[in-house]
Order: sequence, then C-alpha cells, then structure tokens
Amino acid sequence: MAAIIEFKHVDKYYGKFHALKDINLSIEEGQVVSIIGPSGSGKSTLIRTMNGLERINSGKLMVTGYDLADKHTNLNKIRKNVGMVFQHFNLYDNHTVLENITLAPKIVLHRPEKENHDIAMNLLKKVCLEDKANMYPRQLSGGQKQRVAIARSLAMRPKAILFDEPTSALDPEMIQDVLDVMKYVADEGITMVVVTHEMGFAREVGDRLIFFDQGRILEDAKPEEFFEHPKTERARQFLSKVITEKLGG
Amino acid sequence: MIGILTNHWSEFLSGFWNTILCSLIALFFSLILGVGFALLEVAPNKFGRAVAHVYIEIFRNIPLLVITMIFYLVVPQIWFKVSGFAAGTIGLTLYTSAFIAETVRAGINSVGDGQMEGARSNGMTYTQAMRYVILPQALKIVIPPLGNQFINLIKNSSVLAFVAGFDLMYQADVIAFSSFETINTYIVVGLFYLVLTLPLSYYMRHLEKKLA
Repeated sequence: MAAIIEFKHVDKYYGKFHALKDINLSIEEGQVVSIIGPSGSGKSTLIRTMNGLERINSGKLMVTGYDLADKHTNLNKIRKNVGMVFQHFNLYDNHTVLENITLAPKIVLHRPEKENHDIAMNLLKKVCLEDKANMYPRQLSGGQKQRVAIARSLAMRPKAILFDEPTSALDPEMIQDVLDVMKYVADEGITMVVVTHEMGFAREVGDRLIFFDQGRILEDAKPEEFFEHPKTERARQFLSKVITEKLGG
Repeated sequence: MIGILTNHWSEFLSGFWNTILCSLIALFFSLILGVGFALLEVAPNKFGRAVAHVYIEIFRNIPLLVITMIFYLVVPQIWFKVSGFAAGTIGLTLYTSAFIAETVRAGINSVGDGQMEGARSNGMTYTQAMRYVILPQALKIVIPPLGNQFINLIKNSSVLAFVAGFDLMYQADVIAFSSFETINTYIVVGLFYLVLTLPLSYYMRHLEKKLA
C-alpha cells in the first residue's frame, strides 16, 4: 500500500513555541490511525497540518501526492481529497442539513444536481438523519450535527478524513451514535486520522495508535500492544490517569 | 405652518426630490464601496488590508462637511468642475462608505472562524466560502446597524445645503430667510425628513424580523 500522508522531519512553531518536533510519520491508504495524548500536546496542530489549516515551518509533508511544505501548492486540491470533521462541527448555519452536504460537491466538483441530491440523501440515510434533511443546524443536537458533518465530508468522496476530537463536545449518550458512523467510515476503507479521547474506539476500530506528547510522537504501535504494554513511562502515566478518571467518573 | 407649505410647495418639492436623489445615489455607491472595503479589510492579503484601513480611517474621522468642501472647493481648482449637488453626494458617499465598511467588517468577524475552516476543509476556495457561507450570515447580523447607517445617510444629505446642492435643507434656508417664518419652515422640513426616514426604519425592522 502506498502512503497517503507522509511527514519527514516536520517542525512547526508558533512564534518561539515549538509545537511539532521532528515529526516522521507515514500513513497508508485505508489505515485508521488514532492519535491520543494529553491536552496541549499538539495533537490538533498535527492533524490540522494534514490539510493545510496550519502551515509547517520545515521538513517535508506529502498528502495525496501534493507537497504541503511548498507555498505554491493549491491547498484546494488536497482538501477535495481529504475531508475534515471538527470538534465543534462547523456546519454552515445558513444552510439546511441537505444543503450542507450538497454545497461543496455542487460548487467544487460541479456534480449534477440529481446525482448530488441522491448521494446526499443516501448519506443521510446512512447516518439515520433523512428526516432532518430540511432542518437547519441550530435545530439539531450535537450528536446529530456531528453525523451531518461526517456525511458532508463523505459526500466529497474523499480518500481520507481527518477527525479532530469529534466526540469531545458531545453529551455522553450522543457519543456512541457518532462512533458508529465513524466505524462505518472505517469499513468503507477510507483512510482515517482521528484525534480522540475515546480509548474504546482507538482500541477496537483503530489499526494503529500514536501517543503524542509535547509536540513529539512518543509511541507508534498496534492499539492492543499499546494498551497492554506501553513502552514509555509517560504513556503508562497517561493511561493510568485516563483509566482512573473513567472509573471515578 | 400650512401657509408656509402651500406658498412654497414647489421649492419644498424640488428640495425633497434632490434629497431623495442624493440619498439614493449615495446609498447605492456607499454600499458597494463599503462592502468592497470590508472584504478587503478581512482579506488574507496584507496590502489590501492596509489600503482598506487607510481609506476607512480617513473618511471615518474627518467631518462630512470638510470632505464635501474639498470636493466643492479644492477639486475644481486642480482637476475638474464639480457642482454643489455632485460634491455633496460624493462627500456623503465616501463618508458613509467608511462606516458601512466598518459595520460589515464587524459582521463578517462575528461569523466565527469555524465557518470558514469548515468551508475551506470542504474544498471551497476563499471566495466561494465568503460568498456561500460567510457573507450571507454576516449580512443578516449587519442589517440593524446598516439600517442606522441608511437613516444617518438621509439626514446627513443636508450637507448639500452648504454647497448649494438645492436639497430640502437648502430650500428651507432660502424660505426661512425670505419669509422670516424660521421656526415653521424648519418644522415643515423636519416632517419631510420623517416621511423618508420613518418608512425606512420600519422597513429595516421588518427585514430584520423576516430574516431572523
């Protein structure tokens, strides 16, 4: 399998703050990669470099064959192939659920109207929200919004989707519906990079797990391996804290 | 008061007409200029932002009368002849456009970065994201303050009186000085302005409710 996302010695700074330190990472087509780690470790920055929402300062970053280190690269070409799902959904508030899904395929891909509509309705069916097609985002719950956001990404027929803490802003009882949709995306063979605090998802759906701290990749392993035998002390601390929080909460 | 109105009906009417004409022209062009400079001010391009900033700060911070006088007195000396009506209308347009630009910019900024990031990540260009996602939302937010700008514009068109622009206020000055019925004349002229501004203010309120 070919690498769809490839970091080589990538560094990123915010002013003097060194946010990403010498990142080397190769993600293959169809892989489901979970990125976990403490808050402020740079996980979100890492995932946001993958579609150019954050620019890198040095190193090489190839995504779907385009060089993100090069300022002249047309980012829209990458973003047509690489969708993104955000913590706070970022649905278009002035458009209905259906229009949220059809807008980009219509104006970016120039997909014919009938086909566009059918694809969108089909996706809404997949995420169990066909009855909400003509509602506005403000009329939906957080979990419903996030499922629409995933459908919106899928409508572009992307090679990969980036998930930036997709369940962190949701009520606990909404999380499972979103995770189920993400499982469906994984089954479709779409490459997924998921920044998450959902250890269950990382363990059961993910092919690969990256433990990130202070701007560095500390571990890169199979999920079971990581959860059973974390190699670094930092990961052991993190895991024991997450587990006690779960039990305590 | 009725006497003043009937005796000088034609002067009032011609002034009224010029006020409407000046307001419509200024409204149209200040809206275009204002939205244009607002877009420039939020654009990624640094040079564009700087140009918009300078434009807005100049025309927002100089009295309308001074801008108008520059077009009435200075521009004809160095460039081309400008009538009082044109000088006043140009001055009003530039002055109002600076305020509209600031209003629209605030509206765009209040839409939130998430909408832009969502649209860009979805494959849209900056221009598409602006057109289909950001501006429609910004415009809705901006309607009430924009209504204020339009009402101010109509009232500010009285600057034409200073440069012989033959608007309502100019006619009022002439009538007041010739008939010595100063108070009555200005009351009548105030009513004429209300005929324009009240329906506008109700319409803007209606629009606000309709789009909310």
